[in-house]
Amino acid sequence: MSQGFLKSSVGKKVLMGLTGLFLISFLLVHCFINSLIFFNDGGLTFNTAAAFMAHNWLIRAGELVLFAGLILHVIQALILTLENRKARPVGYAKFDGAANSSWYSRSMGLLGTLLLIFLIIHLIHFWVKSRFTGLPGEDANGNENLYAVMQFTFSIGIVVVIYALSMISLAYHLLHGFQSAFQSLGLNHKTYTPLIKKAGVAFSLIIPFIFALMPVLMYFGVIK
Amino acid sequence: MGSGHGTELNLTLKVWRQKNAKAAGSFETHQLTGISTDMSFLEMFDVLNEKLIHEGKEAIAFDHDCREGICGACSMYINGRPHGPKNLVTTCQLHMRSFKNGDTIVVEPWRSAAFPVIKDLAVDRTAFDRIIASGGYVSVNTGNAQDANNILIPKEAADEAFSAAACIGCGACVAACKNASAMLFVSAKVSQLALLPQGQVERKERVKKMVAQMDEEGFGNCTNTGACEAECPKGISLENIARMNRELTAASLK
Repeated sequence: MSQGFLKSSVGKKVLMGLTGLFLISFLLVHCFINSLIFFNDGGLTFNTAAAFMAHNWLIRAGELVLFAGLILHVIQALILTLENRKARPVGYAKFDGAANSSWYSRSMGLLGTLLLIFLIIHLIHFWVKSRFTGLPGEDANGNENLYAVMQFTFSIGIVVVIYALSMISLAYHLLHGFQSAFQSLGLNHKTYTPLIKKAGVAFSLIIPFIFALMPVLMYFGVIK
Repeated sequence: MGSGHGTELNLTLKVWRQKNAKAAGSFETHQLTGISTDMSFLEMFDVLNEKLIHEGKEAIAFDHDCREGICGACSMYINGRPHGPKNLVTTCQLHMRSFKNGDTIVVEPWRSAAFPVIKDLAVDRTAFDRIIASGGYVSVNTGNAQDANNILIPKEAADEAFSAAACIGCGACVAACKNASAMLFVSAKVSQLALLPQGQVERKERVKKMVAQMDEEGFGNCTNTGACEAECPKGISLENIARMNRELTAASLK
């Protein structure tokens, strides 16, 4: 593929869509593994899975690709946003955006920024501890106790609120992003696009809801 | 009487006035009385301009030509929307019955770096012409024209090409888009020719050249908000943008 393509307006959007779909696939894996806490077994199953993720070389290599994908998505978004601002130097005095598009489709930059701030907080809470500063001991199975970090983190009210609100940002970001990625890749079809849109809405509501449920249920002691 | 005919409106009009591309513009407020609901939006502007001329003031510059919704000249951004509050119409096909007595109507030019203001509400849309010139053509054999029926075209392809060809190049897509992107316009032109046998010779080069020209003109990038499709007076579909994305990706992969 020529370099010119990736610099074109279409190429940039294709890259945005590809990295977006890649991040979406990560969300699915992340949500699945974290859902193991719903066994409510003191985190034994979850810790087993977390230990596997932490020590499997393929997963660790995938982690690097994931960070690369995320950084590419963010940088590309910044470039697109700056270019788009330049394309309309004088704005409208009266703008009725609601008449022709959804607010979240016009606010992907804002929603993305909120998510980036959340991600930094989230990485400090878990990733930095699990990879660098160390976890507080082992569980009954002798696995590193990442679950204990979850319990501690989600015992703080304000943290739970930030996590829950961030999942609302994620839901809206996905609500536009999921189907938009397919459109950017040129995948628009009379039969399949309505299905993709429905799948996108379901994904955007279900995954962030499950994620939000974790800190909330832990805070209220439903999951111990 | 009844049925709303013959009703008259009193309106406040806030119109963008700008001497030329370099001058700083500002809004000018006009009070209009006795505007018939049967008038088109442009006829209402004619009334205002007549009044201004009688008062010895300069008339408001605005683009218009066919006044029957097929030329795409009448670029006006009315109350926050290109071509005003109704869908699938141009400004000339918008009638004053779409407004209420006492309404304040704000009228602005298309806002885009690629469409500089010429004067008042008239903008320079030759960026579109340059995009067309860059690739919107087909090769034809010289000599006698062959029988048109020799070229077989599937009905579905013909219909889709025709829908894309309905684009009148008005620029409402650019005006509506929060990024001032011209993707809907360019994709309609790319699609129209990519779908037909006659357009195959230049197919790959065409999409490359037209996208490159679009980017060079300073239009923004598409973020799939769908505002263009919603505001297009000819109902050009977002499917065309997906097709253009596909066409360029495929053309660049070789």
